[in-house]
Amino acid sequence: MSKLKYALYTGCTARESTPELLSSTLAVAKKLDIELVLLDEASCCGASHLQDFDEFLSLVLNARNICYAEKLGLPMVTICNTCQLNTVMTKERLDHDPEMRAKVNEKLAEVGLEYKGTSSVRHFLYALIDDYGLENIREKVEKPLSSLNIAPFYGCHNIRPSHIHYKHNMPQPDVEVSEGGGEVAYDTEELMSKYTHENPYVPTSLDRLIEALEGKPVEYESKNKCCGFHVDLQAPETSNALSGTALVDAIDNNADVMVTPCPLCQLNMDLKQDSAGKQLGRDIDLPVLHMPQMIALALGCSPAEIGLKYNVTKATELLDRV
Amino acid sequence: MSTQKEEMTQTKKVTLKAFRFNAETDYLPYYKTYEMEVGKDELILDLLNRIKWEHDGSFSYRRSCRHGICGACGIKVNGKAVLSCKQNAMELVELFGDELVFEPQSKKRAIKDMIIDKGDFWEKHAAVKPFVEADIDPHPKSESLMTPAQVEQFLDADYCIQCGSCHYACPVIEVNEDYLGPAAFAAAYRFTIDPRDEAGRERLETTAELGQGVWDCVKCFECAEACPKDVNPIEKITKLHNMQFEHHVAERNVATKHAEGFVRSINKFGYLDEQDIVLYSEGLGVVKHLSEAFKMIKAGKVHPFDFQKKKMPRSKNLNEIQKLIEISKTNEL
Repeated sequence: MSKLKYALYTGCTARESTPELLSSTLAVAKKLDIELVLLDEASCCGASHLQDFDEFLSLVLNARNICYAEKLGLPMVTICNTCQLNTVMTKERLDHDPEMRAKVNEKLAEVGLEYKGTSSVRHFLYALIDDYGLENIREKVEKPLSSLNIAPFYGCHNIRPSHIHYKHNMPQPDVEVSEGGGEVAYDTEELMSKYTHENPYVPTSLDRLIEALEGKPVEYESKNKCCGFHVDLQAPETSNALSGTALVDAIDNNADVMVTPCPLCQLNMDLKQDSAGKQLGRDIDLPVLHMPQMIALALGCSPAEIGLKYNVTKATELLDRV
Repeated sequence: MSTQKEEMTQTKKVTLKAFRFNAETDYLPYYKTYEMEVGKDELILDLLNRIKWEHDGSFSYRRSCRHGICGACGIKVNGKAVLSCKQNAMELVELFGDELVFEPQSKKRAIKDMIIDKGDFWEKHAAVKPFVEADIDPHPKSESLMTPAQVEQFLDADYCIQCGSCHYACPVIEVNEDYLGPAAFAAAYRFTIDPRDEAGRERLETTAELGQGVWDCVKCFECAEACPKDVNPIEKITKLHNMQFEHHVAERNVATKHAEGFVRSINKFGYLDEQDIVLYSEGLGVVKHLSEAFKMIKAGKVHPFDFQKKKMPRSKNLNEIQKLIEISKTNEL
């Protein structure tokens, strides 16, 4: 296998309140000999909120982020579901809407950039599974997670809407996009094709990753549900009801720990266990790991790199359990 | 010829587990299992019919047009919203295996088997005035013409058949009884964007209200996934958000300041200032986040005394970002 190399779009959270996400991602890449080039020029993706305020501005800023991966000639990987969705929604729009692409490029030209559509954009989860391979990850496991029941929490923005995700998250051929983009092709596919890579009703990628690390995936109904993060300020009761229900569901199915590829889900589920528990009338105490933290744990990365001390719901004892 | 014949007769043994409940006589719902050979061209509606015709005449479900347009036959199969008359059964066997679970769109609203009380759906749908409201001449001299560009703006929102698939796939509907829901929002968009309509401002106000409006959407995309007509309701929700700002309907509140605050933050750092966005959006309401703030400080996740924002990351080439905001910004709060 030739060495894998990607442009890493970190998003904001990994550089601010979840430094453990960035350190564990870099540690996993180092262990697996994957080269990640940090896109330090990139801005916030808008997290779906900027999109509510000013859709056009969000397209321009996200296109700029992709431009920097294109300049490096590298495929982009993300480590946040919401970054992933907002970036591919921009890409999808610009690749299929020549008029909008021209409008965006007119703005980008003012700062000497041009969106070309030559870099693919995938979540790191799928780059690991489809490019590196689960069997190859399994071979690198130093500390099997066999003592842990791990509840996979997929996070909405990596599985829905499937008609966008399957095109971008699946292994990418070398992209050749003609001048002005291609044809509009929304929703013309057969039902099954959009579920072939990841079925949002029965997702399997995280389960398979947990198995490759020799952990026991927990089967529970809430694994593909919403955590409510995006209304946490204006509707905390909704957010608590959704995150609390998922956490309790995982606990009732004997989870020792939850894992998610989305730092926004992670923050909401990790930080708000007391308030969610209070609302639901249940004690909730379940460590919630970022996907790269779980992998780093199994690959025997250093405690500093795994960064469990940054998890709000105590997770440090996991180090002794593997 | 023979292979073609084989293909025609090809069937698969499938186990159907159907939700059964009669609100008049049953204390609790139960599931009943039916086994049948399913052909490759059979629809979910065919299987519902076969349960009724071959096994139990009391089995109840709504059906009418059989052409994917009346919106009556929506149910859930293994948790996935489907329009029974449009959904091939074998496709779902491929997706979920050979046990299919038939459930009503909302179990807690079940009246009999697949039939639910859809009253909340119709009430909320009606609340956004899902019709063109206009003071028009009843005897016009010519048709009211629309340009192709104006029709484009409907963005498929007029394909909605009010089947309820998105409404009952939406998690907010389950926890917030005031929330109008994705189908009502798609309708609000469809009639507000209609050039003949004059009730747009009223609809934007209705859908801007906290608790019932678009700001309570959790952005889970369940509605986009559920819609059998590819209406993509969340796309219309985003449009309504933007239109509230464009038409100056948006009032300053925690949700609108949160959305607008992203520009303020990105303009300063390129990144979102996670601490500032909460302070800025909440104002004095920030006190309710204190216990969580302390937990984050304790874990070393945030730096409350970093007044000069030294720990705050900054994007390289920030001047480009600032320039792009300056020349691309379209909305104000």
